[in-house]
Amino acid sequence: MSMDLLRFATAGSVDDGKSTLIGRLLYDSKSLFIDQLDAVERVSRDRGNDYTDLALLTDGLRAEREQGITIDVAYRYFATPRRKFIIADTPGHVQYTRNMVTGASTADVALILLDARKGITEQSRRHAFLATLLGVPHVVVCVNKMDLVDYDETVFERIRDEFSDFATRLRVRDMTFIPVSALRGDNVVTRSDNMPWFDGSPLLSHLERLHVASDRNFVDVRFPVQYVIRPQSHEVIDYRGYAGTVASGVLKAGDRVVALPSGLESTIASIDTADGPVDEAYAPMAVTVTLSDEIDISRGDMLCRPNNMPTVAQDVDAQVCWMDETATLMPGRKYGIKHTTRWARAMVKELNYRVDVNTLHRDEGATELTLNEIGRVQLRVTQPLFVDAYQVNRQTGSFILVDEATNRTVAAGMIGRTHVGV
Amino acid sequence: MNTHSLSQDRALEAESIHIFREVAAEMQRPCLLFSGGKDSIVMLHIARKAFHPSRIPFPVMHVDTGLNFPEILAYRDRWIEKLGLKLVVASVPDAIARGLVHEEPNGSRNRIQTPVLLETAEKHQFDALFGGGRRDEEKARAKERVFSFRDEFGQWDPKNQRPELWNLYNGRVHLGQSIRVFPLSNWTELDVWTYIASEGIEIPELYLAKERKVVERGGMLYAVNEFTPLRDGESAKRVMCRYRTVGDANLTAAVESGADTVAKIVEEIGAVRITERGATRGDDKTSETSMEDRKKEGYF
Repeated sequence: MSMDLLRFATAGSVDDGKSTLIGRLLYDSKSLFIDQLDAVERVSRDRGNDYTDLALLTDGLRAEREQGITIDVAYRYFATPRRKFIIADTPGHVQYTRNMVTGASTADVALILLDARKGITEQSRRHAFLATLLGVPHVVVCVNKMDLVDYDETVFERIRDEFSDFATRLRVRDMTFIPVSALRGDNVVTRSDNMPWFDGSPLLSHLERLHVASDRNFVDVRFPVQYVIRPQSHEVIDYRGYAGTVASGVLKAGDRVVALPSGLESTIASIDTADGPVDEAYAPMAVTVTLSDEIDISRGDMLCRPNNMPTVAQDVDAQVCWMDETATLMPGRKYGIKHTTRWARAMVKELNYRVDVNTLHRDEGATELTLNEIGRVQLRVTQPLFVDAYQVNRQTGSFILVDEATNRTVAAGMIGRTHVGV
Repeated sequence: MNTHSLSQDRALEAESIHIFREVAAEMQRPCLLFSGGKDSIVMLHIARKAFHPSRIPFPVMHVDTGLNFPEILAYRDRWIEKLGLKLVVASVPDAIARGLVHEEPNGSRNRIQTPVLLETAEKHQFDALFGGGRRDEEKARAKERVFSFRDEFGQWDPKNQRPELWNLYNGRVHLGQSIRVFPLSNWTELDVWTYIASEGIEIPELYLAKERKVVERGGMLYAVNEFTPLRDGESAKRVMCRYRTVGDANLTAAVESGADTVAKIVEEIGAVRITERGATRGDDKTSETSMEDRKKEGYF
């Protein structure tokens, strides 16, 4: 039987028991190796710790070990017979918002940890906001340290109700609450005997069963052309294929398509792979499309259906997260912009407001965005982009901004309103 | 319910193909680092798929430490010819003879291969080098980007990495700077073997178990051959074993195993509880941060 892939992002600090939770998932699913555990135990002992600090597993950089903090996103892998999991493990504090945004950008699920004794905090609100902003389809809230509140059902229910209230403002699509004790293993991999009142699944079974394929967009055909394949050989003559990764929708041989920006139409002659042609292609398949007509198409162009096209826009409305400590975003500044497979230049025309990630308050008097700040901007782009709203399409709704002098990636952008107008 | 769901091995393959195409489209002079190990074999296999029916549009570099298993060199030459590729050899023995690098007292050429790699990349002006590194291998690698920026000295700065979101990679560099690209970042050792099995990829015999003449040193098994001759007082024994990783012949240890087919290897890897580096590499145990330190010097 073939397994599928689930990517989930966790955010939290040592105090929430996040590392303990991940350590337990890895350990109980037998994905932790003996020599890794030995190394962690040895270092914990050398430092005089009373317990094995599972955070040492994920904190791989010298600076992280020296300072005892997580700086960057760490990727960890484990598999059960049902699924392969990729964890993007990110630090929880506000000064690492950019790392959380990075981890959430590709996640199917966001795992938010709360301490049952403390309930909802500024930090957990922020994590929920960022998960929603990045369009993560599923949110799982683990109410941790239930052992420290005597596995009390009323504590769990109070937190659940309060968090649900808050989440309605964010329009979270799917939210699940699980009472756990990461330290003692309650409801992490196995069902807890200490909380018979909880009738949901333990965390791992929930993650194994979560249906994520239907989160993908199979309606709007978007195929950004990545690379044109034209063999210069005697064996293959006159082959011209458009290679790329399907962003959304389902492409089929025989389908009528339109190429942007030219607007020229043709029909899909074949969808090729090195293993032979396929009948249809959907996200995230990497394929090569051939057309029945010779039309001029190059990298950065997009194939879609004549009756379902993205917005062709040079004016873009977006939320951006500023990620650079060496510069700030200010109206009037120009950047390189990468959207799907297309590079262009963009100017910030306007900064509408800055969002306080803790209170969601909008500061309309903001004049710049600095590291980790999120705000809404209006961009003018040198060439048309083929865009959809990020909440409808994560692939055609996202972009990065690059500093043209240093080449640093300085911002991540999520397209909001889309409006016609070149 | 929609049935449009990719299995995990197809999803990983698609992600890797996307990365290869992105680099070929955006970088001026990419090159693929080939060691003859299973990861670089899978990398080459996927690169071929990414550009089919064209040839792979970049050359292949082999950093030849002079301590290769002969089977690996034969495998390399066979595949380079089959795929019609250009091979660039960065020779460590040659660099030692020229005085660019000096032999280390412990006999390991792991560290001294870095200047040789950097010199060759500079000479050919490669601005993107594909490597077979995986994030599950090692703690420092777990934090490295798919597109890993390197400065004019080939150095990695873990505190100054470019944020990497969605599948929007930033390969922009100034002259002399470069990007190390890891198309297999999200693969695990088990994923690699499952893929080799499902694709029927030919692998060097060293990976398959057979009875080999070995000597035990520090709890590890080393094949007795020209690179690791018996020392005084040691005795050889015959053991069913195989190689889990293939590095330099004088440093790579074999593991006891009865897995003499790829299918049996998949089964074995699914059950083991020790990492491949912990099991077979004498050189990675030096310190908690030895990989990070080598990467900062320009190592893969």
